[in-house]
Amino acid sequence: MEILIEYLSYPFVRYAVIVGVLIAFCSSLLGVTLVLKRMSYIGDGLSHVAFGALAVASVLKLTNNMFIILPVTILAAVLLLAFGKNAAIKGDAAIAMLSVGSLAFGYLLLNVFSASSNLAGDVCSTLFGSTSILTLSKNQVMLCAVLSIVVVIVFVLFYNKIFAVTFDETFAKSSGVRTGLYNFIIAVIIAVIIVLAMNLVGSLLISALVIFPAMASMRVFKSFKAVTISSAVFSVFCALAGILISMLTGTPVGATIVACDAVMFGVFCAVGAVRQ
Amino acid sequence: MALISAKDLTIGFSDLVLYRDLSFEINEGDYVFVIGENGTGKTTLMRTLLGLRKPLKGEVVTDGLSLSEIGYLPQQTIVQRDFPASVKEIVLSGFVGRLGMKPFYSAKQKKTAMEAMKKFGVEGLASRCYRDLSGGQQQRVLLARTLCAATKVLLMDEPVAGLDPFVTEEFYGLVEKLNGEGMTIIMISHDIAAAKKYASHILHIKNDPSFTSKDEYFASGKGNEFSIVSGKSES
Repeated sequence: MEILIEYLSYPFVRYAVIVGVLIAFCSSLLGVTLVLKRMSYIGDGLSHVAFGALAVASVLKLTNNMFIILPVTILAAVLLLAFGKNAAIKGDAAIAMLSVGSLAFGYLLLNVFSASSNLAGDVCSTLFGSTSILTLSKNQVMLCAVLSIVVVIVFVLFYNKIFAVTFDETFAKSSGVRTGLYNFIIAVIIAVIIVLAMNLVGSLLISALVIFPAMASMRVFKSFKAVTISSAVFSVFCALAGILISMLTGTPVGATIVACDAVMFGVFCAVGAVRQ
Repeated sequence: MALISAKDLTIGFSDLVLYRDLSFEINEGDYVFVIGENGTGKTTLMRTLLGLRKPLKGEVVTDGLSLSEIGYLPQQTIVQRDFPASVKEIVLSGFVGRLGMKPFYSAKQKKTAMEAMKKFGVEGLASRCYRDLSGGQQQRVLLARTLCAATKVLLMDEPVAGLDPFVTEEFYGLVEKLNGEGMTIIMISHDIAAAKKYASHILHIKNDPSFTSKDEYFASGKGNEFSIVSGKSES
C-alpha cells in the first residue's frame, strides 16, 4: 500500500491512471453495439490501421503524429462501418484485409526508413503499449480528456438512436431515421477511441477493451441500459486494477489490464450461470 | 385518391428485372395480402413502397401520408435473437423516427408505449429481456413497437413465420382488430388460408403480377393453383 501511495505521488503515474480510466470508460460504451453488429473485430482492424499511420508519421518525422493517425483511422472506420454493407468486400473479410495489410506496410516502412537503433523495441511497445502510457505529457492527457468527454456527450445525446440502429436498422430507416448518419457517427466514435486506446494497451490488445465488458455484462443484465452501465463500470474497474497490479508487480500495463478483463469475464459468466 | 398508389412499377436489381408495369391502389382500411413464391420480390416491393429503395421504373405516390405514419415490421434478423434489451426499451424505440433532434423520449411517448404493450398483452413482460421471450411473444413486442411508429399503415413482412398454429391465429386476431379500428394493413405471407379468411385484397406476385379483391382472386384459377401447390409442399 505504501509503495502504491509513493508511486501515485509521481505525476506520470497519476496521468497514466487518469488516461487509463478515461479510455476504459469510453471504449466500453460502444462494445455492445459492435458485438451485436457482428463487428467485434473492428477494433483490432482499426488499431492496425492506426499502427500503419503511426509508421508513416514516424518516417516523416512528424512531431505530433495525432494529425495523421486520427484522420486515417477515422477514414478506415467510416469505410468499414458506414459503407461496408454495399461494398464488394465486406464484414470480417474487409476488416482482416485492411488489418493485416496496414500492419505489414507499417512494419515495412519502419524497417526500411527508421533511424532508430532499437526497432524491435519500438514496434513491440506500439503493439503492446508497454511503456507509452508512462511517458504521457500533460498535453496528451488534456487531449485525451477532451476527446473522452466529447465521446461521452455524443454517446448520451444519440443513445436512443444508436439503440434503434443497432436493434433494427431496417425499421429505424423506415421510420425516417437517417441510419447512414448514425452509422457514420458510430464509426467516428470508435476510431477516436481506438487511437486513444493505443496509448493504453497498444494496438494488439484493443479489442479486449471493447469486447470483454460488453460480453460479460450481456451475461448478467437484461436491458440495454443496464448492460451499457455495467460495461462502463466493469471496464473502469479492470483498467484501475490492471494499472495498480502492474505497478506493484512490474508487469506490462496493457497485458495486465486485459488479463483482468478476462478474469472478470469469467466471474460474470459464473454469475450469469447461477442466475439462470 | 388512394392512400398508396403504385404506378407502372418495375422492380428488380440492376441486372435482374423481377416484374414490370405493376400498378395498384391501396385505400384506407384495406387489408392486403402479398402472396408469391420465395425470390419473386415481395420484400423488395415493400421496401420500395416504404421509399427505402427506388424502383427501376414507375413511382409510388402516397396521398397525404408521411413516412412517420407508416409502421414497418421487417423479418426478424439474427442479431435480434440474442439482443440484450428489455421489452420496454424495444417498444419505445418505435418512436425513434419522431425524436428528430431531441435526444430522449417524452413522458407522453412512454405512456403511449405502455398502452401499446397492454394492447398486445405484453405489459407484464415490460422489464423482461427480449431474447428470453418465446417467438410469439417477441413478435407481439415487435408489433407493439411498430404500432408506436404507425398511425395509418402497417407493413408486415412474413410476421407469422416460425410461429406455431395457435400463436399464429392469435396474431392474426390482433391484426384484424387493428384493421377494424381503421389501420391499413399490408402483409407478406405464404398463408393462403389466412388470406382467404382475413384479406380484403390480394396482390399476387409472380411472372404476371395482379392486384385484385379477394373474391376475384379466388374465383380466378390463380389462387387455387397457388393453394394447391402450397398445400402439396406442406403435406
